[in-house]
Amino acid sequence: MKMDLLRGKVAIVGAADTEVGKVPQYGATALCVEAARRALEDAGITKDKIDGLVTCNSMAEPYMYHAEAIAEYLQIFPRYCISVAAGGGTTFSILHHAASAIVTGMCETVLISMADCLRTGLSREQAMTLQSSTGHPQFEIPYGPTVPAYYALIACAHMDAYGTTPEQLAAVAVSTRRHAALNPNAQMREIISVEDVLSSRMIADPLHLLDCSLVSDGGAAVILTSAERATDFPHHPVYVLGVGEGHGYEHISQARSLTTSAAVESGRRAFEMAGLGPSDVDVAEIYDCFTPVALIELEDLGFCKKGEAGAFVEDGETALDGSVPMNTHGGLLSHCHPGNPGSMFALTEAVTQLRHSAGARQVKNAEVALVHAQGGIMSSHATLILGRERNG
Amino acid sequence: MTDAPVKHFPRPTPETEAYWEGCRKHELLLQRCTQCSEFQFYPRIICTNCASENLEWVKASGRGQVLTFTIVRRAVSEAYAADVPYVVALIQLDEGPTMMSNVVQCDPETLEVGGPVQVVFEDWSEEFSIPQFRPVSPAEVAKK
Repeated sequence: MKMDLLRGKVAIVGAADTEVGKVPQYGATALCVEAARRALEDAGITKDKIDGLVTCNSMAEPYMYHAEAIAEYLQIFPRYCISVAAGGGTTFSILHHAASAIVTGMCETVLISMADCLRTGLSREQAMTLQSSTGHPQFEIPYGPTVPAYYALIACAHMDAYGTTPEQLAAVAVSTRRHAALNPNAQMREIISVEDVLSSRMIADPLHLLDCSLVSDGGAAVILTSAERATDFPHHPVYVLGVGEGHGYEHISQARSLTTSAAVESGRRAFEMAGLGPSDVDVAEIYDCFTPVALIELEDLGFCKKGEAGAFVEDGETALDGSVPMNTHGGLLSHCHPGNPGSMFALTEAVTQLRHSAGARQVKNAEVALVHAQGGIMSSHATLILGRERNG
Repeated sequence: MTDAPVKHFPRPTPETEAYWEGCRKHELLLQRCTQCSEFQFYPRIICTNCASENLEWVKASGRGQVLTFTIVRRAVSEAYAADVPYVVALIQLDEGPTMMSNVVQCDPETLEVGGPVQVVFEDWSEEFSIPQFRPVSPAEVAKK
């Protein structure tokens, strides 16, 4: 297959977030529609221009056929309509499909809108039980694992193999919080230190409370169309240069490796399509549901050598003035994490950065952004390379 | 009065019935392919190595080592709260496959990656016993 079939053919012309954190005035359905409304407004188009709709199901307000329900709520009548479920990796794997749908002529303008209310729409116990049900029903869940516990198994293995320290895990949370402090929309904006992380409550060794992402309400949406049409919209288009997926396993006890993930494959495929490499990336928005996840992704995507991400972050390489400014909005650790839609905010942040409208947290002259998400327990990975220029 | 919270019981499927029946008798059973001799876990209808359908049940040694582990300080639900702090681990069995389990009968703080363990069974009901592991002392390892 020719790798340049998608490169530069599709652009993001609308992007918006809802309020995040505690948003009790909206249920999950309404929040998904609110995200869509804001993205339409951002793109300067009316809802009848949307002929493709993608959503992901909500835990707080699930529907059997979610995208159909959202289309009905909006009273739009698309010719491409699908709801997807692959955990946090959902966003970018579906962007791959949505871009393909535009290139093959299935539809012209796709709205991807995702939202959930894990904070106010569910009790704490409900949210925990629902999320930990990602485990194998016979061979994992009986042992009482929590979501932090699954990721703690990965952290422990990385520490054992490469000597990664709790301080280095904490450095990830500290780095992203610094960026959140510059983002008026972030849920947690108070500067923290490595000491603060290490003295926060232990949840599942070696993960402290501040190594874990937030539990939030929130939604975000983007609008995609062909590169030819993209210049007719009010904002600078953001082009899809590369996209790739990697699927390693579903359950952590079946992992091929605990310390090297399928981000190796998704990253390689995305970079190959884009004709770019890690050193071309000006800003990286990567999945950070727990601190060790960001470290493994930095390694597997090629930003540093295997086993060296801890020192890489400690040395400030992920700061706004570092070699790879990472999670400039604050990430799942400090901006917000409403579950499956979580990585949508990494996508809208990448768009904001490439439009050069990120204000105090703007990475100077950002031309190329990498967005990465994973779902399951480091199971499924999707990588996206976006550019400010079509031939970037 | 409300019922006491209940832990998550496994619900066997046709290809896992023999495994759970083995656990009920306190025997850890693994599938082995009669074609390529590979062991596998969890139970499946085909061999993941050579795709053969010819699988046999073999009683495992019950020995393995801790591949990675965590100490859960905040239980997943009320049913597990009394066990806190409890160990969730991945165990690499001597036969090759990896499984999730609890490591019990130990001080979690003293547990180490690579430590040898031996299967033990916790009876949850008449029908269900759950395989867990306990650390094995160096003296016990030497005996085997």
